[in-house]
Amino acid sequence: MSDADVWMRARDITHRWGGLVAVDRVSIALERGGVHALIGTNGAGKSTLVNILSGELVPTEGRVELLARDVSGWPQPRRARAGIGRSYQRSTIFARFTVFENCRLAAQAAEQRPWNWWRDARRCEASAAAARAALARTGLDDVLDRSAGLLSHGQKRQLELAMCLATGPKVLLLDEPLAGTGPEETDRMLGLLAELRQDHAILLVEHDMDAVFRIADRITVMVNGAVLASGTPLAVRQDPAVQAAYLGGH
Amino acid sequence: MDLVTFLIQCLNSLQYGLLLFLVASGLTLIFGIMGVINLAHGSFYMIGAYMAFALAPIVGAAVGGGFFATLLVGFVLAVVLGYAIEWCFFSFLYGREHLQQVLMTYGLILVFEELRSLLVGDEVHGVAPPPLLSGSLPLGHVMTYPVYRLFMSGVCLAIAAGLYFVFTRTRLGMMIRAGSVNPEMVQSLGIDIKFLFRIVFAAGTALAALAGMVAAPVSSVYPGMGNSVLILCFVIVVVGGIGSVRGALLAALLIGAVDTFGKVLLPQAAGVLVYVLMALILLWKPQGLLRAG
Amino acid sequence: MGAVGLAGIVGLALALVPAFAGSFAVDFVTRIMITAIFAASLDLLVGATGLVCFGQAAFFGIGAYAAVLLTPSDGTAAVLWMLPACMACAAGYALAIGALALRTRGAYFIMITLAFAQMAYYIAHDTALGGGTDGIYLPARPTLGFGLDLGRAAILHGFVLVNLAVVFGFLALLLRSRFGRALAGIRENEQRMRAAGFSTYPYKLAAFAVSGAIAGLAGFLFAIKDGFVNPELLAWHESGAILVIVILGGLGTLRGALMGAVAFALLREFFQSETVFGTFARHWNLGFGLAIIACVALLPRGLAGVPAQWRVRAAARPTRRGAVR
Repeated sequence: MSDADVWMRARDITHRWGGLVAVDRVSIALERGGVHALIGTNGAGKSTLVNILSGELVPTEGRVELLARDVSGWPQPRRARAGIGRSYQRSTIFARFTVFENCRLAAQAAEQRPWNWWRDARRCEASAAAARAALARTGLDDVLDRSAGLLSHGQKRQLELAMCLATGPKVLLLDEPLAGTGPEETDRMLGLLAELRQDHAILLVEHDMDAVFRIADRITVMVNGAVLASGTPLAVRQDPAVQAAYLGGH
Repeated sequence: MDLVTFLIQCLNSLQYGLLLFLVASGLTLIFGIMGVINLAHGSFYMIGAYMAFALAPIVGAAVGGGFFATLLVGFVLAVVLGYAIEWCFFSFLYGREHLQQVLMTYGLILVFEELRSLLVGDEVHGVAPPPLLSGSLPLGHVMTYPVYRLFMSGVCLAIAAGLYFVFTRTRLGMMIRAGSVNPEMVQSLGIDIKFLFRIVFAAGTALAALAGMVAAPVSSVYPGMGNSVLILCFVIVVVGGIGSVRGALLAALLIGAVDTFGKVLLPQAAGVLVYVLMALILLWKPQGLLRAG
Repeated sequence: MGAVGLAGIVGLALALVPAFAGSFAVDFVTRIMITAIFAASLDLLVGATGLVCFGQAAFFGIGAYAAVLLTPSDGTAAVLWMLPACMACAAGYALAIGALALRTRGAYFIMITLAFAQMAYYIAHDTALGGGTDGIYLPARPTLGFGLDLGRAAILHGFVLVNLAVVFGFLALLLRSRFGRALAGIRENEQRMRAAGFSTYPYKLAAFAVSGAIAGLAGFLFAIKDGFVNPELLAWHESGAILVIVILGGLGTLRGALMGAVAFALLREFFQSETVFGTFARHWNLGFGLAIIACVALLPRGLAGVPAQWRVRAAARPTRRGAVR
């Protein structure tokens, strides 16, 4: 694994809430060309870790590096502009805007120019083009003018991912994108992730074990805030500690 | 300023701060537990004070009781009123946006003010403290300190201690705390969350009314008293720290001190000093002095 | 017809008022227009950005007091520099409050804006700067140039109308610009905006300053119209009233600001009318308070939302027997 391909790295991240240790000396590396899955039971610290990577939470200890730069002190918007795209477990779409405007506004973050108060935002070519591209990639180009609140659940998850892609990020932090999606939509999403992995470094937090083992190139298992095992899917599946603690009779 | 005067001002600060805490605790309770911002909270303080004035002759004639009887009757009435108000107006404000809560409670302020104006009038009134407490204690050679003010501080401390006890040591307190964190869970355990909220609201507003009644002999009873107290309560909640009752106590004492000493040392700027304090604290600690818990 | 066409017609109607109406009506309409500008400033915060500010009266009052205090005691000022100066004073206070208040959210934000507005009230009320409870008279109206005298009601009316048109035009452009769309995104889902890469604090602070400036403009116009300012302009009852107006008219729509101002002025005339209510008219706040409560309960989207509500109800009727979405 060449260092140049490690696009995001967390070193010895520890986070304490008062007396409780939510994340316990976790290190993780995301390389371009791979889907790195993060699995674990509820309360294992996965969401906390993702929030630390995205910049929403400042860890008690540890370092976060993005594209070889130390971004530990950077707030979330700054990290996002530097190349992180984040999707949430509960969709953070703009329900009252159209699907197109959702993506266009997200894309606007890459080229904000807020002082230009007289020009209509919809005339902005750059954000419109980025939005159209992201929506085409996620298969939503037939519902551009629909109000986002009226989409089906699966379509909302697709839109969430499209908004993630609209800013042209290099690293994707995806928090349960398959939550609540049916088998068809899951297939479509996994196909999309397979396509995206070529030029992105992807962290995938998921509970759907079948999907994880289909798509992941590396898996990290977290229990009680610490890393229990980390490696290729085969190695993780065969790890006796993992089988005992998490996979059960899998 | 000599030592005795300083001591007097310290006692005044303490008394004022504790009184403010009594009112602010009701506000923090209602906001912290039900998530409702209640602008009309100050109105209950005003209602309490006017009750102390208006009920005194009635209680005296009917039962022959004095100040303490009036206090008791007023408190019971305040609880009933709070219960009724919650049932009519607030129960459907839970879960609504803050904007709607702000508007509706603002409308309530106007309604309360005009009703008071219609029923009792707009004049300023004095309320006499009970004979038992109207004496003064000597301080030093020349000065004295009113016993009633010490009584006020005592009452506020006792109630604060009582609140602490109820919240940390009783089942009711436990249910209330649980209900504020996870109302659905509490409901599924068979506890009527609506009734619980109604109790909390009634208690919160009754505290404000009680504070008004207790304060009436010292501050006198005038139309704008609810509004000035309300804004000070907001300053206390903000300075004290988001969600922290201990912070509210600390902030109330601090503000009591700044206001009292400010009036003595810088009378021109007295009204502004409290806000300057708030600005400085927010500069230093944007989320207030203490954390919740 | 289009929004621009409608605006043109309304503008024309307003412009013709002095030609056809008596002095009371002209004064009434001018007052409504000033209120509409004030309401639009708050709508930028509440409707467009989702920031509930309960201290807007402070910016209005600062603009008004600045107009009085900046007028030299011996001569006259020129609108050319006085208008921007008053706006700048109000915007400055807005920046100061915003810098502190915007680091909190939700109810705490509302409380802080209320408290700092109250601070401005006390400065006007208690200190020598503010002239005390009696208020201050405007020594002389500023000069507009071109031989136009702002002391004449028709000229003042026209001047206020021009300001109204400029403010509404500016806000219309601003709200559809990148900046305005970003504000809308912050209102809808601030978390997503931050995740996309928008630093939301500077946007909100800028909106606060612009809003303060426009409210200051309304205050300036008020001062030169009435020739007198007093601390009650900064009272939080005024902040409450303007918030009610914005909600009444409908959040987030510019025409709502104007409709709200009109509706409020008419409602207040009605409730304060002694011919209808007799001596009870003194207590018009009671009716007003009850009306606010009723509005919150029954009209969640204000007057501007009424047509939409009727449409929704009409569309829902035929499908009542089938599945409703």
